[in-house]
Parts: sequence; C-alpha cells; structure tokens
Amino acid sequence: MSLLTRNKAPKLADHNAGRQLFGSRWATITVWIIAVVWTIPSLGLFATSFRPKADISANGWWNLFVHPHFTMGNYSAIFSTSTVSGIPNGILPYVINSFVITIPAVIFPITIATMAAYCLAWVKFRGSDAVFYGIFALQIVPIQLALVPLLNLFTTGVHLGHYTLVPGLHIAGKFLGIWVPHTMFALPLAIYLLHNFISSLPRELMEAANVDGASHFVVFRRIVLPLSIPAIAAFTIFQFLWVWNDLLVALTFTGGTEGIDPLNNKLAGLAGTWGSHWELLTSSTFITILVPLAVFFSLQRYFVRGLLAGSVK
Amino acid sequence: MSSFWRDNLPKLGQMFASIAIFLAVLSVIFFIAGKANGKKQRPIAIFVFLGPALILLLFGLLGPAIRTLLLSFKGSASHSWVGFSNYTWLFTDESERIVLRNTVFWILFTPIVTTGLGLLLAVLLDRMRRESIAKSLIFMPMAISFVGASITWAFVYKYANPNQPQVGLMSSVARHLGFEPTNWLLTQPLNTFLLMIIFIWSQTGFAMVILSAAIKNVPTDVVEASALDGATGWRLFRGITFPMVRSTFIVVLATMVVATLKLFDIVRAATGGNFGTSVLANEMYSETFIRYDAGRGAAMAIVLFVLVLPVLCYNIFNLRRERTIA
Repeated sequence: MSLLTRNKAPKLADHNAGRQLFGSRWATITVWIIAVVWTIPSLGLFATSFRPKADISANGWWNLFVHPHFTMGNYSAIFSTSTVSGIPNGILPYVINSFVITIPAVIFPITIATMAAYCLAWVKFRGSDAVFYGIFALQIVPIQLALVPLLNLFTTGVHLGHYTLVPGLHIAGKFLGIWVPHTMFALPLAIYLLHNFISSLPRELMEAANVDGASHFVVFRRIVLPLSIPAIAAFTIFQFLWVWNDLLVALTFTGGTEGIDPLNNKLAGLAGTWGSHWELLTSSTFITILVPLAVFFSLQRYFVRGLLAGSVK
Repeated sequence: MSSFWRDNLPKLGQMFASIAIFLAVLSVIFFIAGKANGKKQRPIAIFVFLGPALILLLFGLLGPAIRTLLLSFKGSASHSWVGFSNYTWLFTDESERIVLRNTVFWILFTPIVTTGLGLLLAVLLDRMRRESIAKSLIFMPMAISFVGASITWAFVYKYANPNQPQVGLMSSVARHLGFEPTNWLLTQPLNTFLLMIIFIWSQTGFAMVILSAAIKNVPTDVVEASALDGATGWRLFRGITFPMVRSTFIVVLATMVVATLKLFDIVRAATGGNFGTSVLANEMYSETFIRYDAGRGAAMAIVLFVLVLPVLCYNIFNLRRERTIA
C-alpha cells in the first residue's frame, strides 16, 4: 500500500465498527433511546418521592410533569422524629448505621489486600503462585457457602468433639460482627485486582529501592501505596457500592439487631410493612441511592483505569 | 434531638476508634518488623504482609465452605448424619423443582443478554460524540442497590383493578394499547422474566463500561488496515473487533453468571420468593434462617457452588495461560 493512499485514508472514526454497522446517526439514536429507557424507572421513583400520598395512588407518576404538584412532605416525614412513619427516629439512624458499617468495611479489606497483593507480586516465595491461584479461585465461591458456619464461629466458636479450637467470639449483632465478614468476603477480588495493578509497577523502581537497602515495609509505604492509588480508588468504589447495597450479609450478621441495621436492610423490611406507604418508600429509596451515586461520580475517573489494569490486553 | 445524638454519636465514635486502632496496630507491627534485618527480614515480611489475609480467608471462606459441605449431609438441627437425603429432597420436591427451573432460566438468559447488550452499547458508543452523558445514564442503575431497584421497578410493574387508574407504567401502557393489564408479578412464569429485567437494567452499564474500555484498547492501525482492505460493518466487527475483545467479553460473561447465581436481593425485595419466582440463593436463605433447616440450606449452597465450578475452572485455565504468555 502506497503512502499516498494511506494519507488519503478517511478518518478513523468512519471505519469504526459501530458506525459501519448502523451508520453514525443510527448508532447515536439507538444509544440515546436506550439511555432514555434506562432512565425512566429512576425518574419514576424520583418523581413519585415528591408527590403527595393521595396523588400517588390516584394516577401515574408521569402526571407530575403534566400537572405539577410537588411536596417535600415525604422527605420531612421520613426524617421526622415523631412517629409519622412508624419508625420512632425516622430513617436518619439507619443512614448513620450504613456509614458506620460501610466505611471500615472498605478500609479494612483494602489495606489487608494491598499488603497481600504486594507480597504475592514482589516478595515471591516457594508456593506463592499456588497461594495466588487459591485466592483467585475463592473469588467466585458463593458467600452463601460461608454464612452459617461463620455465624456459628461468631456465636459458639469452633469445636472438635469436646475440644474447643476457637472460643465463641461474641461479635454477632455488633458492628465488628459485620465488618469482619465483609472484610473476609472482599479479600479475594481485592487481592486479585490489586495484584494485577501492583505487579505491573516498573521493576527498576523496586530494584533501585532494594539496592538502596530499603526494607519491604519502607518500599510498601513509600513506593507501592502511593503508586497504587488508582487501583485502590477503583476498588474503593466497588467495595463501597457492594457493602452499602448489600442485603444478604447484613440480614445474616445483624440478625435484626435494631441498633445496627443498615438502611438498605431496613428498606427491604419496610417494603413489606410500608406496603401502602409508597410516598415514604420512594423517598427513603432515593436517599439510599444518593450516597453511592455521589461516591461513584466523584471517583469514576479511576473506576475503569484501576479495574482493568493488566487485565485487558 | 439530644436523645438522637446520645444514641448515634457513640456509633460514629466506635467507627473512628476502630479505624484508628486498626491503623495504629498496623503501624506498630510495620515499625517493629521493619527493624529486623539480615536473613530474618524476608520471612518476617511475608508473614506480616500475607498472614492477615490468609487467616481471614481460612476462617472466613475456606473453613466455612468445608463445614457447609459437612452440614449438607446432616439433618435440620445438624445432629445426625442423613446421607444424601437433603440432595434427593432438593431434586425431587415439587416446589423445589420450580426453584431449580427458575435458577436455570436465570443462568440461561440474564448473563448473555446483559453482556450482549453491554457489548452492543460499547460498540455503538465507541467514538460517539458526547458519549459520556449517555454512558453515565446507562451506568447509573449499577449504583442502585437491588432492593432500591426492586422498589424503583414497582412503579413499572404496579397493577390496579380494572375500574381503577393504572399507576404502573407497564400497566398504563398496556391499557393505552387497548388490552387490559394483568397483575404482572403474579403471572407465572412471566414474573421471573420481569425480575430478570431488573437485573439486566442494573448490570448492563457495568458490562458496557468494561467492554467499552476493551474496545478502546483495540489498536487503531489494525482497524484502519482492515477497513482499507474493504472490511465494513458486520464483517469488521466479526473479523476484528470481537476477536480482539473476546477474552474481556468472556470475563464479563463469567462475572455475570456468578452474580446471577448469587442473586438474592431482587427476588427477596420484589416478591419475597413467592408466586413461583424463588431461586436457589433465596431459597437457601429461607431454608436456613426462616425454616431453620441448616442441612437443606447447606445442600443448596453446595449445589450453587457446583454450578459455579465450571466458571471457576475456566477462569483458572485462562489465568494460567495468560500468565505463561506474559
């Protein structure tokens, strides 16, 4: 192929598969139709949360845009400390519980996983590859497998016949009793993703540090941690969304303990008892959604970059 | 308000204290272990870096998984061995058969639809102008919990009696099109597919974002060269783009298969597993924590694991191959 025809080659965008497949205009139209369809359910929730109770059962939420009739009453009801909503202190205590559960359940596994990932990537030892494959394999083990025995460990400990191998930890129904399972369940994916990232750090950097006589602990703190921020941020989003939105682990390990129930858990329960109170359900749901959305949009530029490091060729 | 803070301030205090203790303990260990030198330095470093993770995985996943395997061969209160009777019950009981059927439906449809739709969007979005707004809108449901998603979709599936106004979008559209809507979530097996739509709605954005990043990584000169050779549209996609992102496609597909199998929240929040919509993961919870039959619940967890096993083997096979190439 001559240089000339190459220069005359149309712009790359015209050869893009999507555009060729549907034509540029159709591609754009298709994407926007899907985007709008994807937004309609959330819009319905959002609109309903601002409608008076009587309106919600009288006609569909789309009528809000035809005959605007807004109220902030639903939001003041769910936050009020009077018993309008049937929960004595409103939903704010549950919002706080969610934060108290989520923040440590993000920090603990990321710290422990970064340490493990560094070790498996740069402090290799006999069998370190086997350990890595083992951890990788644990990634997709359904957590359902672990729930009951872990709960037993927290309440009664581990016994072999008459011997007590591990005494009961008595942390079920406490915050610690939900941080620990979340940390455990997060480790396989966290170690795998961080390992991908950390093992792709430049070798020269590590070797230079070793020549300077820096210990592994210094290398970890001064070099690995700062350089791994994109991967750590990506996993932070992932883990934050997972813990904040989790229902199964919370249901199992809070055991319905009133003081530590996270919001999502309470919401699932209220969906039953508030069956007719759609004005309260929708506004509470919107509050639940707000936090992960804020986290996602503030960190999203790290999301793909950190998540895909070393895995997309 | 003061009683509110009396209840809630200690929680926040507990959180900050726990984080501070955690980081302080780590720093002390790092400081002490960092003092070691000579031959001992390496083993100490390995122990400190890897030890916590391995202990947590041993007690949190490996040990419990083995114990669940044992429990699945025991009776409801885990006192006596019952052989395979929990498994025979699971595969012969009339209502459990519906649960298994639903689980198979979920695996057959949701992962491929979600990943396929994600790929379609990724291809269409590639180098589209002002893509980021559309992308964010499609990704947004991913940040919504499955519980929130189920409540959100209630306003699509809601149904009212014929003489009342329809406040559900789907019911209203059906009526405007001239046929009387039914109570969608009570109609079997349609309701299972309606719940699947909630999952697809939630996860397509994730598939799209990952696949979109993979497509951006396809070397531009390859696409350019094959375009000059006359490859267009569908042929370009089949011949160049798809093979280049195939491995990512399969990783996303596998992730979706696992997520589908573990799925619990949508079924629980939307129908509570009633009206013939239950799946294994939900049934496992009900059996263990509501009907208190630890044996049957454990058997279900094991079946879940066996279903995930092929994905696991494939992933490990792939990882080994990638690492030997790299």
